[in-house]
Amino acid sequence: MATLNKMEKKKVLLMGKSGSGKSSMRNIIFSNYRAKDVRRLGATIDVEHSNIKFLGNLTLNLWDCGGQDAFTGTYLTTQKSHVFSNVGVLIYVFDVESRSFDRDLATYTSITNALAEFSPSADVFALVHKIDLVNPEFRVKVVANREAAIQEASGPFAKSLKVFGTSIWDQSLYKAWGSIVNSLIPNLDVMERYLWGLMGETKAEEITLFEKATFLAVMKVTSEIGKKNPYPDRDEKMSNIIKTFKASLAKFTGDTAGPDFCEKFCISAPKFALIIEELTKNTYVMVVLPPGEAEANCARLNIGIARKRFASMDVLSGQEHDEGQDEGSGGN
Amino acid sequence: DPDSKKLAPIERKPRLLLMGLKRYAKITGVRYLVEANEDKCRSGKSSISNVVFRKMPPQDTLFLPTTTAILKESMHTFMDFQVWDLPGQIDYLDPNFDPDSIFGGVGAMVWVLDAVDNYMEPIGRLTETILHLQDSYPFIKFTVFIHKIDSIADDSREDVIRDIMQRITDDLYDAGLENPPINYYGTSIYDHSIFEGFSRVMQGLVPQLPIFENLLNTIKDRCHFEKLYLYDVYSKVYIASDTTPIAGSAYELGSDFIDLIVDLSEVHGWHRGNTQDSKMKAQQIYIEECGFEA
Ligand SMILES: Nc1nc2c(ncn2[C@@H]2O[C@H](COP(=O)(O)OP(=O)(O)OP(=O)(O)O)[C@@H](O)[C@H]2O)c(=O)[nH]1
Ligand SMILES: Nc1nc2c(ncn2[C@@H]2O[C@H](COP(=O)(O)OP(=O)(O)O)[C@@H](O)[C@H]2O)c(=O)[nH]1
Ligand SMILES: [Mg+2]
Repeated sequence: MATLNKMEKKKVLLMGKSGSGKSSMRNIIFSNYRAKDVRRLGATIDVEHSNIKFLGNLTLNLWDCGGQDAFTGTYLTTQKSHVFSNVGVLIYVFDVESRSFDRDLATYTSITNALAEFSPSADVFALVHKIDLVNPEFRVKVVANREAAIQEASGPFAKSLKVFGTSIWDQSLYKAWGSIVNSLIPNLDVMERYLWGLMGETKAEEITLFEKATFLAVMKVTSEIGKKNPYPDRDEKMSNIIKTFKASLAKFTGDTAGPDFCEKFCISAPKFALIIEELTKNTYVMVVLPPGEAEANCARLNIGIARKRFASMDVLSGQEHDEGQDEGSGGN
Repeated sequence: DPDSKKLAPIERKPRLLLMGLKRYAKITGVRYLVEANEDKCRSGKSSISNVVFRKMPPQDTLFLPTTTAILKESMHTFMDFQVWDLPGQIDYLDPNFDPDSIFGGVGAMVWVLDAVDNYMEPIGRLTETILHLQDSYPFIKFTVFIHKIDSIADDSREDVIRDIMQRITDDLYDAGLENPPINYYGTSIYDHSIFEGFSRVMQGLVPQLPIFENLLNTIKDRCHFEKLYLYDVYSKVYIASDTTPIAGSAYELGSDFIDLIVDLSEVHGWHRGNTQDSKMKAQQIYIEECGFEA
């Protein structure tokens, strides 16, 4: 399987009917768009390709495929092998408001059949999108209903299929995309050991590693106390909170490429302390601690020391270096 | 009933009236999938008070039921005041209606005008109301929110706002009222404009405003800051700012920063049980090498 020192490129297809919200999601997750900014997007013509460097040696090759019928037609005919070969992940977006769900399912089935032909080992994610338009009481039920129908239409992917209800207006988007990128990144057990090491040196309750551009959580370690945090969805909550602020910063500075969140951020509250620092070129680390200035200072020193250790891992930094440091890396 | 005219203590707090016109009220039952434009004729008052004072996410206002009774709410943030949300279908100008119970002691009145809907009828109603109230309650300050401005294309927003202002001014002029005491703001619950609009309205209710402004001016000069805002953390309206002209979107960034801190504290500030001091310690925030200079 994936080795850590080899550059990897994974093809990700983003498909679904026109207007279902594909480009909106892409721009929020990978660029500094805010949910309220995406209304201005026009329909995607053909396919928009983007290469996203993710964790150093992993590049996501994202194909945002315009969903108008004419385009879908060519994906399934003349361009079939071009579009569907070498796919790592297919993300198929269903608009929850669609008035022709049966037709959407039929298109979806043709797409999954083509995928089965050219990339049988791909992972498939189906997103039931714009869930914000459904009365909160019914959201779970609506997603469950759609999930059953989508699964039936998934052919050979029915077993491994994952379905999420999503909306650009809340953290559900980050939950789904967190799960998607986690299916793409290679084995990170060395990194996990390093995080436990850092945990031992500080009084941390939880240490989470976020990818820098998307602020999606890629790994976390939690102490017994940290496990008492009443929010099981805190990773996607954090992604949402930080991304929203980053987008706001980008708007203020007029820097469309997007400023970094900030190198060091520390908040000392009555019940907790929290540090977010850049760890490597592509990651941020977040450390949650009990309150107290001494603990926070100690943690910050230890992060500084750990930074050197992490930098030697090319999965995070994307830097070339000698083989000797790749201890314990490899497949799973 | 003479007793009902006496005001309970709560009624004496500065009062902010939200008004707007509803052409017809539609009683909606449980909705499964919602059509966004089903509610076209509701101006957005309840959405506004829920977003600003209850932290409701703007997109959730789709599921708000129609207001049918006067809704009185006490707010205790930087000052105590009341927000009254008046439903559209009550005829306030009906002679049998006791206007003093509503308009006596009002600090500010906000008229929410739906910029998307046909606004001719609401404008007629608004000018009628202003003229009527001017005689008996000359101290009321009027603010018009030209609301749902997000639904209008960027390049025609200015035109719509100007058109509405012109029509109201002309109507009032024809009725003999020159230079009416009205402020106008284009607002939307989907961005910061609603908070900025409210900030200005609230400042009209703060008696100490000049003192705050002097204080902020002094700090600004001594520390060579560019611009200062005094925020109410809960609602994110600003109570005062220094008196240099407002430029850029620093207010917006400031309120997003408050969101960041409040949201982080919500996720991680759960009760640990055995920490000995839950007393409020001074909260400290450090930011180093951030992508912006404030
Ligand atoms: N209510 C709601 N609207 C959304 C959501 N996501 C996207 N939208 C809206 O859906 C519309 C269409 O979004 P796009 O992202 O351009 O759709 P697309 O799938 O890329 O369409 P094509 O490029 O034509 O295939 C936009 O106006 C968005 O504002 C969501 O989660 N909730
Ligand atoms: N596009 C847009 N819609 C809004 C805005 N404010 C409110 N709405 C919508 O207008 C509808 C009616 O709002 P509501 O507050 O119930 O109106 P009320 O009857 O005047 O209290 C709701 O569906 C809101 O989601 C806004 O700023 N922009
Ligand atoms: Mg698109």
